[in-house]
Amino acid sequence: MAHGSGYFKTTYEADMALVDTRLRRLTLAALVVLLAALPRVASPFSLELVTQTALAAVGALALNVLTGLAGQISLGHAGFLCAGAFTVGILVESVKAPPLVTLPAAALVGALLGTLVGVPSLRLKGLYLALGTLAMHFVVLYAASEYQARWGFNTGVSVPAPTIAGIRFRSGLQWYYVLVAFAALTTLLSVNLTRSRVGRAWMAIRDREIAAASLGIAVARYKLLAFVASSVVTALAGAVWAYYRSFVSVEAFSFFVTIEFIAMIVIGGMGSTLGALLGASFVTLLPYGIDAVVGALAPGGAAPYWLFPLKFGAFGLLMALFLLFEPLGLVGIWRRARTWIVLWPLRYAPLRSAR
Amino acid sequence: MQAVAGVVVLASLYVLLGVGYVLVYRASRVLNLAQGDLMMVGGYALFAAVTTVSASPLIAVPLALAVGAAAGVVVYALLMRPMAGHPVFAAVLVTVSLGILLRVAVVLVYTDQARYPLPAMDLGNPPVRLPGGAAVSTLDALTVISAAALLAGLLAFLRLSRLGIRMRAAAERPLLAAQRGIDFHALFALSWALASFAGALAGVLYASNVRLDPSLGILGLKAFAVALVGGLDSLGGLVAGALIVATVEVLTIRHVNPLLSDVSPFLCLLAMLLVRPWGLWGTREELERV
Repeated sequence: MAHGSGYFKTTYEADMALVDTRLRRLTLAALVVLLAALPRVASPFSLELVTQTALAAVGALALNVLTGLAGQISLGHAGFLCAGAFTVGILVESVKAPPLVTLPAAALVGALLGTLVGVPSLRLKGLYLALGTLAMHFVVLYAASEYQARWGFNTGVSVPAPTIAGIRFRSGLQWYYVLVAFAALTTLLSVNLTRSRVGRAWMAIRDREIAAASLGIAVARYKLLAFVASSVVTALAGAVWAYYRSFVSVEAFSFFVTIEFIAMIVIGGMGSTLGALLGASFVTLLPYGIDAVVGALAPGGAAPYWLFPLKFGAFGLLMALFLLFEPLGLVGIWRRARTWIVLWPLRYAPLRSAR
Repeated sequence: MQAVAGVVVLASLYVLLGVGYVLVYRASRVLNLAQGDLMMVGGYALFAAVTTVSASPLIAVPLALAVGAAAGVVVYALLMRPMAGHPVFAAVLVTVSLGILLRVAVVLVYTDQARYPLPAMDLGNPPVRLPGGAAVSTLDALTVISAAALLAGLLAFLRLSRLGIRMRAAAERPLLAAQRGIDFHALFALSWALASFAGALAGVLYASNVRLDPSLGILGLKAFAVALVGGLDSLGGLVAGALIVATVEVLTIRHVNPLLSDVSPFLCLLAMLLVRPWGLWGTREELERV
């Protein structure tokens, strides 16, 4: 939709189009060209950063569907990731299952776990639900560490590079394409969910559950659907993570991972697809940015012991600052900037009735 | 007998930690996920006082507790008061980032190596024989005594003193209480101070009894399972919740699997959420209010 001037859609096709203005088509085309051409110009390290960001974006988009759209607070995101990753790890380790088996299996495990956690959400609200999902996280982690301890994988389970249709995925370049495509697909899914009946139902439930119910929305069904949709995507992300890292270990899925994903959607802007993407990039790249700054200020020498706490602290501080001063997140800043540009040189939009 | 003593000691530690959750939750409906980290800060305040001010526990311990209480007021004024009017979950997330910041501050000053304040105070921790053949360490016994004293003091304060009655009024009917001229911000700051004081007390005892390291905050997460089992807004329920969770935990360590013991508080929490989400003695309407 064009911003600031009016609403010019005249056909249903125009209304349903994903990208509707010429500027947006151009931006999208430029983005696709940039992502496709990046491997030719960028260093392997920056390619690796984009790959990691893409993987984080999938997780953030999934959490955004659950928390941002449907308003169901989850503190168990790392648990879903862990379940997906360990499904792959266990299947590969015990029966040498190919990825075409393990990935659907991970999705299925995610769906089951999502239903399991979703059912209490029919009765619990807000903080109580968050506590339930947190408890789920610890239970999943316990199950995974029990598996590790019992089968003798004390440090973790290693996962060999997957082969699909004769292609063995192991180079950084391959993973770059796979994960960027995965993130793009998830973005498409998220955008389409937002503007469909399901997404509107979720937002109605988020904003006022009783009003949503009295409008004829099946609250219980849609809440469950939100949990299942989010956990399936998250478990898939966990499964792909396992292949990408070629190693699965419980330590990688601590409560802090959940906090990181929550920080992504808080810093990006709750409930917005663009926000989840921005937040995922921001949180993933922040530690590397700090590395670069510290490296530029004090060249050479080993990393000082305070570097890790510094990254950790910058993350905590930024999260607090966004919550306190910019609750709409990066997307809120972007929207304000856009309004400012559209209205310039005026400061306020004219009254709606005056249009 | 030894198992019973173990349960009581663990339950007392949980009570000391859980008091913080209950006080803050009653006042402002915010779940303070930084409670465990406030406890850790209390422990490090003791260590700092011992190493820089005086090795005498008579000076160092009150100093650490005062620092703890003051930290609560500062946290409220800087972080929680600006969150008034925001969604409760946003305030909860602010406490999460507070926990991160506290941990970072401690690591930056003291690194992440374990510290032992008790030897620094030149004190020992001799075992105390109990009737029935059980034995606990002196500090274990002190933990039980402090938990009982803190709980009795708080109950008396809330029942009898003017300020305590105001706190209960503000928790029960915020609008009505505000109209009667009760200063909410002072009361909220007071609950944060009390919560942080209780956390610091737990930290001082735990640090002297076991050890001090920046990952102590994890204990706080377990204690909040305790607070929920008892009912998030009930001090009396806290005792029952702590005893239940501690019993389950000690039993799983002894008879099932030590690995499971870290998870058992959360299993209790899940069971409670399925049966009585508002906890043993919690107020039922809480669920709708969140």
